[in-house]
Amino acid sequence: MDLIFQGIKKAFYLLVTFDPEVMGITLLSLRVSGTATLISLLLGISTGTLIALTQFPGKRFVVSLVNTGMGLPPVVVGLLVTIFLWRNGPLGFLGILYTPMAMILAQAVIATPIIMGITVAAIQQLPNKLRLQILALGATRVQMVWILIKEARLPLLAGVMAGFGGVVSEVGASIMVGGNIKGYTRVLTTATVMETSRGNFDVAIALGVILLMLAYTVNLILTTIQQKEKNR
Amino acid sequence: MPNSLRQTKKRVCWRWIGAFCFLMFFLSPSTFVSADQRSVILATTTSLQDCGLLDLLIPIFQRRTGYFVKTIAVGSGQAIAMGRKGEADVLLVHSPEDENQLMREGNGVNRRRVMENDFMIVGPMEDPANIQGMRSARDAFRKIALSSWLFLSRGDHSGTHAKEKMVWSLLRINPEGEKWYQQTGLGMGETLNVASEKRGYTLTDLGTYLALKKNLRLKVLAQGDPLLLNPYHVIEINPIKWRKVNAAGSRAFSEFLLSKDAQEIIKTFGANRFGSPLFTDTGKKREILGR
Amino acid sequence: MNPTLPILEANHLRVEREGTLLLDIPSLKIEKGETLALIGPNGAGKTTLLQTFSLLITPFQGALFFNGKRVGTELSVLEYRRKLAMVFQEPLLFQTDVFNNVASGLKIRGIKKNEIHERVMEQLERFGISHLRNRSARTLSGGEAQRTNLARAFAIQPEFLFLDEPFASLDPPTRDSLLVDLESVLSHTKTTTLFATHERLEAVRLSDRVAVMNRGRIEQMGPPEEVMNDPATEFVASFLGIETMLKGKVVRKEGGTFVASISGKEIEAIGEVDCGEAVVLCIRPEDVTLSSSPLKEKTSARNVFTGRILRIVPLGPYQKVHLDCGFPLVAYITHPSQKTLSLTEGIEVKASFKATAVRVIKKG
Repeated sequence: MDLIFQGIKKAFYLLVTFDPEVMGITLLSLRVSGTATLISLLLGISTGTLIALTQFPGKRFVVSLVNTGMGLPPVVVGLLVTIFLWRNGPLGFLGILYTPMAMILAQAVIATPIIMGITVAAIQQLPNKLRLQILALGATRVQMVWILIKEARLPLLAGVMAGFGGVVSEVGASIMVGGNIKGYTRVLTTATVMETSRGNFDVAIALGVILLMLAYTVNLILTTIQQKEKNR
Repeated sequence: MPNSLRQTKKRVCWRWIGAFCFLMFFLSPSTFVSADQRSVILATTTSLQDCGLLDLLIPIFQRRTGYFVKTIAVGSGQAIAMGRKGEADVLLVHSPEDENQLMREGNGVNRRRVMENDFMIVGPMEDPANIQGMRSARDAFRKIALSSWLFLSRGDHSGTHAKEKMVWSLLRINPEGEKWYQQTGLGMGETLNVASEKRGYTLTDLGTYLALKKNLRLKVLAQGDPLLLNPYHVIEINPIKWRKVNAAGSRAFSEFLLSKDAQEIIKTFGANRFGSPLFTDTGKKREILGR
Repeated sequence: MNPTLPILEANHLRVEREGTLLLDIPSLKIEKGETLALIGPNGAGKTTLLQTFSLLITPFQGALFFNGKRVGTELSVLEYRRKLAMVFQEPLLFQTDVFNNVASGLKIRGIKKNEIHERVMEQLERFGISHLRNRSARTLSGGEAQRTNLARAFAIQPEFLFLDEPFASLDPPTRDSLLVDLESVLSHTKTTTLFATHERLEAVRLSDRVAVMNRGRIEQMGPPEEVMNDPATEFVASFLGIETMLKGKVVRKEGGTFVASISGKEIEAIGEVDCGEAVVLCIRPEDVTLSSSPLKEKTSARNVFTGRILRIVPLGPYQKVHLDCGFPLVAYITHPSQKTLSLTEGIEVKASFKATAVRVIKKG
């Protein structure tokens, strides 16, 4: 108990003094996970909408596959991405292993199915006739899809939160593909793991508290947008 | 123009500015700095990162040479495996048998001893197997086995695990499967914590033990056997076998570790914090080894 | 533009799904400015017809012509769709405020902001929902939502309008007030309208022509009074509320009238028929008069029968009386009349109706 109290104290100390290393780590966490979420949004929403709106043989299989992907273990993703990015691996020519890029890639792989799955559900729960109404209003196919996505924006925002929350708190993949390199690929979660094994439990808890605060702030912003939209 | 329309226009404007700033923040170039010829991948053991020695040495090396060191801190076993696949440029490890294997396969070149310290046996305060003060690691291990008191093994193919297995094999004891022998599969720090909680014995390196000592209910019971010497070697990965290896960078790092300045830092590291240095440089222990 | 061309023409339209025929329209022409009501029971194909005409369903075969131009070749589907507006039974509003909902069709067409504003305000005014323009669509009542939906449809100034049971889920007072407004808007804009409903009275009130649909086909089409008074088939007659339909044979002709034999009883009716021809006689319940026997005063009714009351069913302001006169006959009677005549189940009464009240359907 004493340790937790010390950790919280430490967290405030680090934040108030603008500790440059902790600031850098926090900012990198936000950046890597934010960019990964952004990429996942583009991929997840477009593919998810496509899956939801088209009929094709094996659709049910694909949807269940996506839903399974929502629970991809980050460690497995990390391992696979590492093997692909190895110098002598299939994507070795990119030379991005142990860079923030690699972390973004791995986190995007984790977050994309989450956002895709939520998109499929969100689009499918819109009334069927809404598509007809939009077409009858003179919309092109592209306009129709865009309007449908806009109509599903509330559950989609929940998807963004789930995706970001999933990757920002994830450690297995980040440590594998990023390597926890000081000042370069060290993010809040990997730093927490390292400080724990160093026995600096107070710093580890402080980093955990900062991570919680970061996740909370991002979710607060998104929730505010969501609630505002809801009342429109 | 009606008021409501003007308001919508204003809101749309702010939205675009917000989105632009947002994108600029995430997609700014610094996020995408990728590896180049100036970076060196160092695969090493967690214990070196955890004790803080690398945080001291690497910035100096980077400042002097301009190389950027990517430290991947894993177990010695995994570090050597990375070297075997050409996925690292240089190794700093402490698992002599695996290192020899790597050299024999022709994956490594220029293996040199950087520093060393000792492994030691730690255990619960009451010392149920009664090994306190023993010098021989073999005798101590045998007594623990005979007492059937809990012994915690790393079980992760790290350097420490390799050393522990070596001692058991010298005793011709196969502890695997025994009730009193448990493998954590974790790093040194976690294993020490487990040993402390479960009141078991374990083999540890000095650095990690000292770093965690304040939170542990364990004490050093047996040490000083030359068998428990823990040497760290630097190995450059063979650039002829693995074309993508940064040969110049790994050579520079290896040279740096053996330089006078680096050795000085190693020799004194930890003295302030722990009361005694964690490592000895290469020169000093050579007499002890020289048999 | 050729003034004689119908604005909308369908030829040999057929829609099938999984081998079942959903719609079969050999030919349908809609004149500019007219209101055509589609009536029929649920599943008759009204919705399918509207969705086929708006090309939301691709027909199995057949062609649509807009002002003589074939849709799909001479006129693209998108261009065609942008000339029409569709109003469904559900409001299907977007999750935004009323203003932006009404504006949505215009935004899709890329119309300039000032013009959108002007046109939206005009429609909001027209449907009496200006005060709601900043309200979220999800907070609207059923009537307000459907008004918004109609305003959205009229905002694009459609060449023709499809209404698919737009009032079916509204409560009667709301429906009546909306109907009044729609009537005045339609008479003002003269928008060509196809209007599906299962409410006969709505159809009569709003339309220039009525088409009665059954099983994907149009059974009868014509001005409302014609269809109401002169049903062409038994289906149309029964759908239009004619309870009594009697199959018989013409036995003699006397001038303009004829007599048909129905299960041994003779009924007089008016119509051009041949002797021996099979006919169906339709009698509206409101045209049947009941009196206690014996009949005292002379009536002009030629058809007078004695019947036993089988059942009396309360029907709001009326009582519906099922009689057995040797053939089944249904009559409406008011509560006061029921009291004075002291009608109860099981007693015998006199039932009479005029020869002119009998609609005749010839059995081909």
